[in-house]
Amino acid sequence: MRLVGSPDRRRFHPGVGSASDRISRRPAAGRLRERVEIVLFIGPALALYLLFVLLPICLAVYYSLYHWNGLGAVTDFIGLDNYARAFQDEVFQKAVAHNFTLVALSLVFQLPIGLGIALMLNRRLRGRAALRLVFFAPYVLSEVITAVIWQLMLQPDGLVDATLRAVRLGGLVHLWLADTRIVLYSLFVVITWKYLGFGIILFLAGLQGIPAELNEAAAIDGAGGLQSIRHVTLPLLGPTIRIWAFLAIIGSLQLFDLIWIMTLGGPANASNSMVTYLIDRGFRRYQFGYGSAAAVILFAISLVFAIAYQRYVLRRDIEGALTRVAA
Amino acid sequence: MSQAVGHRTMAGTPAARRALSQALVYTVALVLAAIVLVPLAYVVLGGFRTTGQIAAQPVDLPHPWITRNYVEVVSSAAFWLQVASSVVIAVIATGVVVSFGALAAFPLARYEFRGREVLYTLFTLGLLLPISVAALPLYILLRQLNLLETALGVALPEAAFGLPVTIVILRPFMRAIPAELEEAAVIDGCSRFAFFWRILVPLSRPALTTVSILAFVGSWNAYLLPLLVISDPNRWTLPLGVANYSSQYTQDTARILAFTALSMLPALAFFVFAERRIVGGLSGAVKG
Repeated sequence: MRLVGSPDRRRFHPGVGSASDRISRRPAAGRLRERVEIVLFIGPALALYLLFVLLPICLAVYYSLYHWNGLGAVTDFIGLDNYARAFQDEVFQKAVAHNFTLVALSLVFQLPIGLGIALMLNRRLRGRAALRLVFFAPYVLSEVITAVIWQLMLQPDGLVDATLRAVRLGGLVHLWLADTRIVLYSLFVVITWKYLGFGIILFLAGLQGIPAELNEAAAIDGAGGLQSIRHVTLPLLGPTIRIWAFLAIIGSLQLFDLIWIMTLGGPANASNSMVTYLIDRGFRRYQFGYGSAAAVILFAISLVFAIAYQRYVLRRDIEGALTRVAA
Repeated sequence: MSQAVGHRTMAGTPAARRALSQALVYTVALVLAAIVLVPLAYVVLGGFRTTGQIAAQPVDLPHPWITRNYVEVVSSAAFWLQVASSVVIAVIATGVVVSFGALAAFPLARYEFRGREVLYTLFTLGLLLPISVAALPLYILLRQLNLLETALGVALPEAAFGLPVTIVILRPFMRAIPAELEEAAVIDGCSRFAFFWRILVPLSRPALTTVSILAFVGSWNAYLLPLLVISDPNRWTLPLGVANYSSQYTQDTARILAFTALSMLPALAFFVFAERRIVGGLSGAVKG
């Protein structure tokens, strides 16, 4: 009657006892049955995942080696030419640079602003729950809605321009989305509007895990508010900040919806991201092979970054998840 | 001079200092809240104005309140078709990702078998893969499977791309459920599946709710995949409708605002109702 597997508690504690040890003490029929069960449980998810996630990635690598318009047979093998072309294409280089600019801007501006707001909300404050709700609201709106709203507000003589003129800052008015020198920064402001709340929520969750006694002890030892934040709060918030930075960087590398709707990567390619570039090349110009090469490059950048980040920054912070890659 | 001294002593008392900093905090909080809320109010209120009024006076309250824009949107078949399409796709995607994800998370959390960590790593790899990276080949694949222009063609890939985060949230939750419960169930003659269905699933309800909400909101807001898969306007999802509406009626700002306001209401309502779960799930997921 061991059909349900042994009630051996060690099974629930990974790492206790070697695999052969456990297997030798279990009847062959039970082992077979357990194998079948595992396949039945994991099978559907694995099949779906292989078919729609991993297979397309492999296909992207495959298509990237061909000159192909997305129709007809894939026969025109050109080796790594698509990659060479991408690396030489100024528009693609600029798109990569835009992504990295957005990464840097996010870290430099969103981190201190988000942290500051979170620290503020972490105090005793009337209406704190309501404020939290408000700050988090843009996060659940789609990028599409965010883009449409801001496109209207940023159009010439729209709400933003009118507000600036009303407070006598009319000199600051620009063609927010049509000026090649400004468009990327305009988009960054919109991105910040949408995603800052997510950071705040994350930081707040982290702050609430820090025992109040620690800051009290620091105060007794004569630390002022700022000292206490710098030497007690921030170090303890380290893991949360590092996770946030990871998500912000990956998110900035993969931006699409918002840019596509607001500017289509324009004007004059001044706001292309890697993804708007590859979608444009693939679906608007039918360069499926070349677009796939751009996708593979984007994935490679994300993967290399993620592994390096895991290995050098996150290692101590999280159990499971991607740490297994580095382990 | 006496005034200056008086001022200094007043600011010096702890109570006064606290009051001052409290006032500062509230001011900052209100300004920030305004920055978040003004764009939303602009959309909702702008829908009650006419395009002419908005062009003449971008910042203003509606006077008189005009309901024509909203009435037109609500009485158009296109809007409701898009709502229906979004609901169908989101329900399928959520159902598939939560059921498949829960089934897979169970052995990944509680069985010991060779290759378990490799499998888990394989799934977590997907966290780095947005649909955009796979978009071109995915489109070709869906064309070959005859899934273009169908709800399944959107919902199934969405579910597949949602599996990583679902499994990452569910696994630690399922692992934390005490082994004694499983032993007791076994002694009572419970099969492994019965244990999963009658004990693990009910106990995992909080985590399951979280992943359901994340999956639903993700699908509801998705743009790229529906854009690629569905070209027939009668099958468009709401985000496609909003994006298209804003480029089709570029001259009619008020109508765009009304349409956008109506399409963001479900997400906002849902959010107010489920905020705690979303927040809990996100911070839980981040803590791994």
